[in-house]
Amino acid sequence: MTSIRLIVNGRTHTLDVDPETPLLWVLRETLGLTGTKYGCGAGLCGACTVLLDGEPARACQITAVQAVDKPITTIEGLSPDHQHPLQQAWLAEQVPQCGYCQSGQILSAAALLAKNPDPSDADIDRALSANLCRCGTYPRIRRAIHRAAKGGAR
Amino acid sequence: MSTTRRDFLRTGALAGAGLVIAFHVPESAQATDLAGKDTLAPNAYLRVAPDGSVTVMIARSELGQGSSTALAMLVAEELEADWQKVRIEQAVPGPAYGDMSTGGSASIRSLWKPMRKAGAQAREMLVGAAARLWKVEPASCHAANGEVVHGPSGRRLAYGALTSLAAHLPQPADPALKERKEFRVIGTAPARFDSPAKVDGSAVFGADVRVPGMLYASVAQCPVFGGKATGFDPATALKVPGVVRVERVGDGVAVLAKSTWAAFRGCETLRVTWDEGPLATLDSAAIRAKFAELAKQPGQTTRKEGRGAAALAGAARTLEAVYEVPYLAHTPMEPMNCTARVRPGACEVWVPTQSGSGVQKAAAQVAGLELGAVTVHMTLIGGGFGARHRQDYVEQAVLLSKAVGVPVQVVWTREDDIQHDRYRPATYNVLRAGLDATGTPIVWTHRIVAPGIATQMGFVKKGEPDWSSFDGAANLPYAIPDIEVDLVMHDPGIPLGWWRSVASSQNAYVTECFLDEVAAAAGRDPYELRRELLKDKPRHRAVLELAAQKAGWGPALPAGQGRGIAVHESFGSFVAQVAEVEAAEGGAVRVKRVVCAVDCGTMVHPDLVRSQMESGVIYGLSAALKSEITIEKGRVAQSNFNDYPMLTIDECPTIEVHLAPSGDPVGGIGEPGLPPLAPAVANAVYAATGKPVRRLPIGAG
Repeated sequence: MTSIRLIVNGRTHTLDVDPETPLLWVLRETLGLTGTKYGCGAGLCGACTVLLDGEPARACQITAVQAVDKPITTIEGLSPDHQHPLQQAWLAEQVPQCGYCQSGQILSAAALLAKNPDPSDADIDRALSANLCRCGTYPRIRRAIHRAAKGGAR
Repeated sequence: MSTTRRDFLRTGALAGAGLVIAFHVPESAQATDLAGKDTLAPNAYLRVAPDGSVTVMIARSELGQGSSTALAMLVAEELEADWQKVRIEQAVPGPAYGDMSTGGSASIRSLWKPMRKAGAQAREMLVGAAARLWKVEPASCHAANGEVVHGPSGRRLAYGALTSLAAHLPQPADPALKERKEFRVIGTAPARFDSPAKVDGSAVFGADVRVPGMLYASVAQCPVFGGKATGFDPATALKVPGVVRVERVGDGVAVLAKSTWAAFRGCETLRVTWDEGPLATLDSAAIRAKFAELAKQPGQTTRKEGRGAAALAGAARTLEAVYEVPYLAHTPMEPMNCTARVRPGACEVWVPTQSGSGVQKAAAQVAGLELGAVTVHMTLIGGGFGARHRQDYVEQAVLLSKAVGVPVQVVWTREDDIQHDRYRPATYNVLRAGLDATGTPIVWTHRIVAPGIATQMGFVKKGEPDWSSFDGAANLPYAIPDIEVDLVMHDPGIPLGWWRSVASSQNAYVTECFLDEVAAAAGRDPYELRRELLKDKPRHRAVLELAAQKAGWGPALPAGQGRGIAVHESFGSFVAQVAEVEAAEGGAVRVKRVVCAVDCGTMVHPDLVRSQMESGVIYGLSAALKSEITIEKGRVAQSNFNDYPMLTIDECPTIEVHLAPSGDPVGGIGEPGLPPLAPAVANAVYAATGKPVRRLPIGAG
């Protein structure tokens, strides 16, 4: 076991972890942040997407040790009151179906908007092409990102 | 599984006649327990509390289709509830709710009347209570927006003020239901109840359940179907930090650990000796060869019109084609998981399932308990599509908790999910058609060689024609005088399951693509030929015409592009789709646009209908373009999303949905959007390249 310091959603945690454990399981099982999902364990589906230093990262593909001292944002910490423009737009467009992939979709979208405040469909497709949705909410994801970009969440 | 359940899974025209819907509204069992004495809980489907809140109990699984919101709308409609005060609560399986299986696009269809009746009962009791208080005739009062109003005097009382009196009034056995023209909730599109928790991480799916003291378990299962563990060496697994025990479970071996990750790693290192059983030499090529051989023999007739196949002899021209589809996995985003806590005399289960009542039975059986000693908490579900009717992962969790004496959460890996699914069957189809001298189709024959899902599950007697193989083919809607559809049943032994739209998932593709070959042979436009052959099928024809019109059917697309159309009825709804593709010969196919027209009879929530059409199109695109499960040495060759890929957002076409409800009885929406997609796309590729697509996925050999 190794003692590490993780900065998650603005809070600093000192934890004893097996150094090989992926960040995903530390978030879900040590810190109880279950909004980050396990979908494939191989970096193929994006359900475990978090923001690491503001960049989308696959929490199943990096160890907790690799994330030490870098600010980590999970879906729970995207906005203090869950009123991030993307969250509002997601509700306005009624995006989620089963909902399992949506944390990862929203965090990938947040990273996109941080860099590109008015993305085209092609920009959205490029930024979110590694976030799979089996229910098929893609058309609504595109609409919700445009809505959030335009600031017209409601 | 009850008759009701079985019939709901059916897809074809026959299904309507087979529906057995319980119009009985169960007595309140759970509701009474939860309700205080001042709460009105006239039946198991709702409670009206003194604060005026209305809680609707959802006796089905919320798989993501939004049916929990739509079910609450049915109650609110008849209750004349204030929608702002309506809440939902997942019902806990028990005698009050009977069979809670969720499939066959049947949640709304099966509860259409019971939920409305439940709301109407409460409404009449609230009106009766107000009338007593005011000492007036109930007939002079009416309910509106969460209040009872006395028309002549204008007096009004909110429901919350009436619940304690209403709760002591007799329950009306046959409350009056509204006429369709009086609906004010049904047909609107309120926001879904489940959305907010799905955008802030607070939604609790099965794998998010945490029970104090629980261990996580990963289960090694024999890679060959039907095989079992004969021995194992736990030493390597026990060396993995966090692993605490290794236990046999069923035909496999489980590694129990303090974290999911440790359980996964322990399981990877575990050495198990397998008896691979009789399927250890089976492969896809052999399955295909056997199907082809069997297709030379006649099967059991499932439909015959006129002279059937005999009429081929009199045709001026005949054509023949073989169409094949592969086995498919469901791959919902949340892998199978279940949490169980078995204690002396009691068992609790937390599980994402399509069959809460089935979970209760399965858990009771393996725990050795009475049904009533098992409590099932149905969590949110990361996708169903038919994958979660099975109970083996529930049995694993219950058996393990019983064995080790602490709560256990079994989590399957994605590899477990893809390699140990119950699959959509592969099928092999021989189609023949005959045209008369004018080019009119006069005879159609379709021989299906397939394993039967319902047969494998024991719902159809072995050897009898299985509807889960011929639905969607035997009910071909076209006015062709001589038709013969026969079925050769052959099961290679691969486990089968209900996969979104069941037999329609393959038969719509097979029949609608061959019809385009017939149109080409006849020199006819595929849309115009369909219109003509559907002259006696107004609902098929209406959606076909709407989709064609909205898509701009007619003028040819530039070289390298094609447009295709298909129409199909399933689960009581009618859907037509037009697809536009770019398809270079021998090259990649890009689907640019899909136009969809749907008639689901009576529409409860238009936005849910739209979202399910979009969902059916996208799920269907993955299957049409990408998905194939192949078998090598009795095991699945694919393992994760790299080799069993699904459609990504950059591949997602523009999807336009046009709603055309006919006002007929309410139809399903979860599945009917899928069947026309593969043939619409394949026909578009045919139009672009001149080569019919006779095997899925498009681009497969």
